[in-house]
Order: sequence, then structure tokens, then C-alpha cells
Amino acid sequence: MSPLTQAAGGKASSAPIMGRDAEPTIFELSQPGRSSFQFRTTGIQAWTAEEMFDARFLADSKVPLAEVSERDLVAHVTRLSHRQFSVDLGAYPLGSCTMKYNPKICDTIAGLPGLAGVHPGAPAFLTQGWLEIMVTLEKALCEITGMEAATLQPAAGAAGELTGLLLMRAYHEANGDIRRRIIIPDSAHGTNPASVTLGGYEVTTVPSDDRGCVDLAALKAVLGPDVAGIMLTNPNTLGLFEEDIAEIAAAVHDVGGLLYYDGANLNAIMGVVRPGDMGFDIVHMNLHKTFATPHGGGGPGAGPVAVSSRLVEFLPGPRATEVDEGVFDWVMPPRSIGRVHGWHGNSLVLARALAYIEIHGGDGLRRVSERAVLNANWIRRRLSSVFDVAFDRPCMHEVVLSLASLRKEHGVKAIDIAKRLMEEGFHAPTVYFPLIVDEALMIEPTETESVQTLEALAQAFEVALDDAINNKEAVLAAPRTTPVGRVDEARAARQLVQTFDAR
Amino acid sequence: MADYLPHTEAELASMLGFLGLSSTAELFDAVPTALQLSRGLDMADGLPEPDTSVRFNELASKNLGSSDRLLCFAGSGAYDHELPPVVRALASRSEFVTAYTPYQPEVAQGVLQAIFEFQTMIARISGLPVANASLYDGATALVEAVNLGVASSGSSRVVLSSGVHPHWRQVVETFAQGTGHEIEVVGLKDGLTDWSAIEGTCGVIVVAQPNYLGGLEDLDAVRALCDQTGALMVVAADPVASGVLKSPGAYGADVMVGEGQGFGTALSFGGPYLGLFACTTKEIRRLPGRIVGETVDVEGRRAYVTTLRTREQDIRREKATSNVCTNQTLMAVAASIQLGWLGTEGFRELALACARGTRYLANQLSSSTTAKLLHPNMSTFRELAIRTNAPASLVIERMAAKGFLAGIAASSLTRGSDPSLDDADLNHVLLASVTERRTAAEIDAYILALEEAAA
Repeated sequence: MSPLTQAAGGKASSAPIMGRDAEPTIFELSQPGRSSFQFRTTGIQAWTAEEMFDARFLADSKVPLAEVSERDLVAHVTRLSHRQFSVDLGAYPLGSCTMKYNPKICDTIAGLPGLAGVHPGAPAFLTQGWLEIMVTLEKALCEITGMEAATLQPAAGAAGELTGLLLMRAYHEANGDIRRRIIIPDSAHGTNPASVTLGGYEVTTVPSDDRGCVDLAALKAVLGPDVAGIMLTNPNTLGLFEEDIAEIAAAVHDVGGLLYYDGANLNAIMGVVRPGDMGFDIVHMNLHKTFATPHGGGGPGAGPVAVSSRLVEFLPGPRATEVDEGVFDWVMPPRSIGRVHGWHGNSLVLARALAYIEIHGGDGLRRVSERAVLNANWIRRRLSSVFDVAFDRPCMHEVVLSLASLRKEHGVKAIDIAKRLMEEGFHAPTVYFPLIVDEALMIEPTETESVQTLEALAQAFEVALDDAINNKEAVLAAPRTTPVGRVDEARAARQLVQTFDAR
Repeated sequence: MADYLPHTEAELASMLGFLGLSSTAELFDAVPTALQLSRGLDMADGLPEPDTSVRFNELASKNLGSSDRLLCFAGSGAYDHELPPVVRALASRSEFVTAYTPYQPEVAQGVLQAIFEFQTMIARISGLPVANASLYDGATALVEAVNLGVASSGSSRVVLSSGVHPHWRQVVETFAQGTGHEIEVVGLKDGLTDWSAIEGTCGVIVVAQPNYLGGLEDLDAVRALCDQTGALMVVAADPVASGVLKSPGAYGADVMVGEGQGFGTALSFGGPYLGLFACTTKEIRRLPGRIVGETVDVEGRRAYVTTLRTREQDIRREKATSNVCTNQTLMAVAASIQLGWLGTEGFRELALACARGTRYLANQLSSSTTAKLLHPNMSTFRELAIRTNAPASLVIERMAAKGFLAGIAASSLTRGSDPSLDDADLNHVLLASVTERRTAAEIDAYILALEEAAA
């Protein structure tokens, strides 16, 4: 072991937990007559509901919510928070999700009354600061991706994908060109094919070759004049760079198709290579991945879409635009596909992302990508002597292991190893994705983990593997240190209890 | 050099050495040289945190319309509700803020249980048995409802009341470019939807309750129309209204969608907000997004997990009826906390306070000579459409100088003329709203200022 990795790494297994009882729901903590709400004294006459509304509109009874004191509410929610793993607690090597550290200053900025307290319908002359933030962010995202202009409206990556597909549709239709197919590699995220269907297109899947990249010959075989475009993630979901991207771009453009870049893995390439320079026409970014805006337990995200010059006129709108020096206004692109969000997008997420970008600067963003790739390769190399790496060659920001041989020889699956890692104080890697790797475990350490934490993670993997071979029952019973043990997912689906009232 | 990277120079050298590399540039050998950026990104140098803080405070100060500077009378789907310190403190706990989607339930019970409580509360508020874990916002939730309705009814004819918020209608029309649904927008008569021309088979009928001009629609009539045409009944509801008014479920709605921003999320310049989605048990297999269910762990203890996963995009891929993956969980958690804080009594008092303030504003307005209610006999909940002598956008500008965000100009929401308004009114309709945070004194001052500003 290197002297550098002898220091303690960041394991969450020291987190204190009082016990393993279930937390009652707020409905069970409720006592009639208790309350916590307090409103302003308004001095407005207390008309009754009957005085204000025709009887036909009135509810028969109150909506039962909960009746708890503020103290009990605080204790309940705080206990819930203690039953939750988070980036702030420890390493979260969840592949494809880019669970990097979320700088606190970005939360402080998002909480400024001058940003958080602004009504979205206030006219532009009252919201110049917000419009400037949006224009500045758009410019930065375009420089990072090598594109011409962007919409900030899509609320998440999948919303960005669908927006991008509608842009493709609008572009082709404007050319009087009816096309019906979108090509997607078999390693793609599930949102890609789902978005294609909602965009009114059919999916054509292309296989990966034995190096884990798009099979160029297979791609060329399915290209034709009815292909509207291709959706690619690069580096792809195996963490590998599509080295033939220039040839892929040329082939797709030759048949009149467009290239869509799924920006899920943008964290690997900032300042190194740009989607626009690879030949992409449309790019979505996941600000909650690359630009460190917190994931919030599953959202909010933000999925801006940047495009090359020939697609700018179709962008959703209205777009924040600098109409005169230092003066900002909303402008609708001439052939806009329309609005894709109720207002302007997830604005506070956008502000956080801009703060992150400006703190780093161009060189800092490149450094982020370098370290993300360095960490991923370090863990790949560190684990490659004991685990099978799918497509074992230098990776980008993440690496995919295959536990197929472990399953065959010892009956231990990827999910079992993932669960056992939790007992060692780490969140599980992504399991069973991408679909083309048997017993896949996908690790994305991100750039903000230290080499000591990577070493601790590697050792946790070794402990789990050792157990898998020598103490299989322990692995199959894992995790035993977490607030609950393995959960009966089949029962949840079979005997559906979707609310407290359905119990 | 401002960043959050832990690597020391010695560690960098050691890690590269471990990989047999001599420079970080070699990490990118797989990227063809011809494609690599031969220059640095064209951006300013990194800015240390304290400087960034100063810069964003300056940007924020350019937002003259923030609610700490102008008294907010704007609504239209975004409301200046009380955001108490206890909710702010709890919802900003980093265990919730910095977690990912709860894919590993053993270490995600906190978020999962909060969502389960949220689903329960939204189901009760909507009067429907099923609620999902949230969608992006009200407008995109409506898109999902339309898609569900078409899939369920088998008819792609979508009848949309023009009382639905204009932005929401625009979003529905955008996404219909991909799905090919036929969207038919129905006009209003005296502020309420005029359904008289609708006949034949329909897939989905969408009504807003209250509509964006504030009017309370006759949902019994909409239910009857849905039965007659075979359509699913989708209600785009103001969820706060359920505190005192009949819920969509009580009228027999099949789907309720709504904007949940008012439950624990700041105005936030429009996002992140909270898309609410509730439906009947019959539609549960078509429900978009995630849903959490209760189950047990191996030791028989109560536990929660995302369920009915086979509906979702990562499993169904191109056969999925929704592509939603990331949602607005943090806002849903905040809503569950805010609704817990409000409680049964507070939720009713909130609705009553909004309605009382709105009624007070309407009453005081009756003495105005320059601003009148557009539809004086229409029942409203907490939104008022006011016809001003001066163009509404000018009124808003003048009112801002007097310390008020007077409301929203209807013309700023529509794209030119709109079936919800007469062309003559369009530029003269001001949409105002009152929440529990407005006092009688503030409303009096507003009325006084409006008299002059609306002239």
C-alpha cells in the first residue's frame, strides 16, 4: 500500500444511530387539537366559508393532514433525516449520477431574498439580475459545449432530451423532410428511448462492439434517409470515449440526420473536448451532475439544451437575451417549438450552477474533469486485480465491473456486493446498468473524493469479495447495520400501499 | 485557484505513477487529438467564494421586484405564502438536499418515508386515492396527465379549457408536437368555460379549478360532459383551495394535477417548483414518475421503497408512457413538512385567509373609478381579474414605483389574442392575488395606489 493511502479514508460507518426501530408516520404522531402553524395578523374580517362561497362549492369536511406541535414536527423530520444517506455523510460512488460534493456557498446564493423571493411573472425591468444570470449561464454552457445558444427551461435531463427531439422534428419539418427513426446505442440510458417515443419517433438500436463502443459498421447499416438523428452519450455509459465519434458524426450528417449529445457524462470532458467540436448539433446538460447542484433525493435537476447555429431559431422561449448593453429582456425565437416549462426553468438550480462555474473558471473546470478521470482510473486499476472490469482499458470518469464470474462460481450477485458495501460505510455503486454488461457494478468516484477515501472504498470492495467467497451468508444478509435491512420489493408491488390510507 | 479538489501535488504524482502516466493530459489519450480543445475555455479565471458571494449579491440587488422590496399581489400559479423558519430549517437539512434518488432503500428510508407522507397528504388534498412522488411543475404535470388520459381512453382528442393557465396550455401544445395529440382549446363566456360546442368522442377534457381568471368552474357539468364523451376528466387545481372547497376527487375527477409551490417552496423565479399528480386506482399502472410504497424488511419492520417500477423508463424504455426520471423530490419533502406544520386546522385557515383577503380586495375595489373586476358576479377563490383603464403592463410599472408588485398582466401570459379574453380586454386585464401574508392595511394601500396607477 502506498504511504498516501495509509491515512484514514472517508467512511460513513462511524455515523451514530440510536436504534433500529421504525419511525412512526406523522399521521401516527398526530393528536387532535395540536398545531404548529402561525399566520400574520391581517386585520381582515373573518368571513365564514358559507358567507364567501355558494354551498355547492364547499367541501364537506376538513382535509385531515396531521396535528403535531412544532417540536414534534422537528423531531420527526430530524429522525427521518438520520435514516438517509447523503453526499454530505460520505462517498457516494453511484455510477452515472456524478455524486460530487455540492459547495455550500451555492445554497447560500440560492437562498438570497433577491433571487429566491422573485415572482416569475414580474416583468423584465424588475428582474434584470435574474435575466443577467440566465444570459451569463447560457454563454458559459455554450462555451463548455461548443454550441451557439441554449434554452434553460428543461427541468431535468429527460425533459432536455425530449426538448432536443422536438427541436430535431421542427428542424426536419421546416426543411419539408419527414423522418421517423432515431438511432440509440444499446448502452443508452432508459430515458433516451422513452424520450424518442414521446418525440413521435421510432427507436432503432445499434449494438456495441467488443471494445464497448458503437459498432460503426452496424451503425452504417441502419442509416438512411428516414433517420432523424442519433442520440449518443460520450463518454458512453461504460465510461469509455467513443473514439470513432468524428466518423459517426460524418456518417449521420451524410444522411441528413442530426446528432444529439446526452450530457449525462459531461463531467469527464470539460475543457478537454467539446460536443460541438465532435460534430453534435444538440446537447443537454444535467446541471445537477456536472455543475454540482444538489440532487435533493431525486430532484430538482436542470437540463438546459444547447444547439448549433442552424437550430437556434427553433429553441423554446422566451429566452433571456441581452438586447442592449447591460439591458436584458425576454425574446421569443422566430420559429420556436414553444414553452417546455411553466415559467423559466429551475431558476435557483441555474443560479447555483453559474456560481459553481464562476468559482472554478475555465481552468478549474478542466481540472475538475482531469481529477474525475484520474480518480476513476485509479479505482479501476486498484480493483482490476481482484474484479473483472468490463472492457478493461483506460476509462473516463467511471468504470464498470462485471461480477458475472462471481455469480457463476459463488452464487453472489452484483446487488449482494452493493448491499455489503453499505455495511462498510459506502453508498452502493449503480447496479445492473448498463444493460449490456452482465452483473454490472458501475463506479463513479467523482473528483471530490480523496485518494484515501478511494483506498478505503477499494478495501471495502475487497472485504465484500472475501465475504462473498468465504462467508456467503453474511453477504446475502447484508446490509445489517442500516436503518432497515433488505426490503421486500415484491410485496410492495404486489400488495400496494401507496398512502397511509391504503394500509 | 479556487476549487473543492482534495489532491495534493504528491498525491497527483503518485496516482499518475500508479497508472503508468506522466501527466494528466495522458488521461485523455482516448480522445482523438484533432478533436481536443487546443486552448483553454474562454472564461474568466476562477473566482474565490467571497468574491462570488459579492457578485451574486450584486446580481440579486438588480432584481427590483423581489418580494422583500415590493409587496407581492401577483399570483397566477406562483404565490407568496408564509415560509416559516421551521420548514426552511428542516427542508434544508443536507441529508435531504445532497441525497440521490432512493435506489437503495436500506439507506434512503428518510426520503422514502417523507415521500410516502407527501403522497398521503396530496391524495387527501386531491380527494383521489393515488398520488405520485412529484413531477417538475404544474405545467409539465398537465402534459403527463394528458398523455395518461389519451393512453387510457384510446382517443387522442384533447379538449382544453382556455381557463387553464396560458403557460400550461402552451406547454401542452409544445409536447403535442411529438405525441401528435389533437389539442382543442375551448373559450370562456363571462369568465367560465363554455363547453356548449363540445360533442362527440373525446379522450381527455381538462378544466382548471379555479381557472386562471379566478373563476370557480362547474365541475359537475364537466363530469357529466366526460361521461357523455368518454373522456378522462383532468382537473388542473389550485391545491390550496381544497382547504375550504370541494376537491377534484369529490367531483369525480380521474386525474388532478397542480402546482405545489405554495407548500413550502419560495417564489424562486419560477423554479424549482413542485408538480402534483393524483389519480384513481384504475390508472395506477399508467402513473408517470415514481411512487413509494410501504412494505417490510427482512426482519419484518416497516419499510418503504419505490414501487411499480416496471412502469418506468429505465425498465420499459421505448414502451414507457413517460420519460420522467429526476423529479422534484426535495420540494415534495418540503411540502410534506409545510403541510405537517399547517396541519388539519392550518390548511383550512390558510384557504380561508386567502379567500378572505381576496374578498376584502374585491370589496375595496368597488369604490375604484379606474379599476373594476372583469367579471364582478363570478365566484372566485384567491385570484381576481381586474380591468384597468390604463394598460395592465403600465399599471404594473407605476405600481412598482409605489412599492407594489401589482399582479400579472394577462397579456404577458398569452400569445397575442386568446379565447379566454375579449381582444379589447387583453391589454387591460391585471391578474391579482392575495395570500395569507397580506394585511388589511397593505390591501388598503394597494387600492389607494391602484386608483391613480390604473388611470
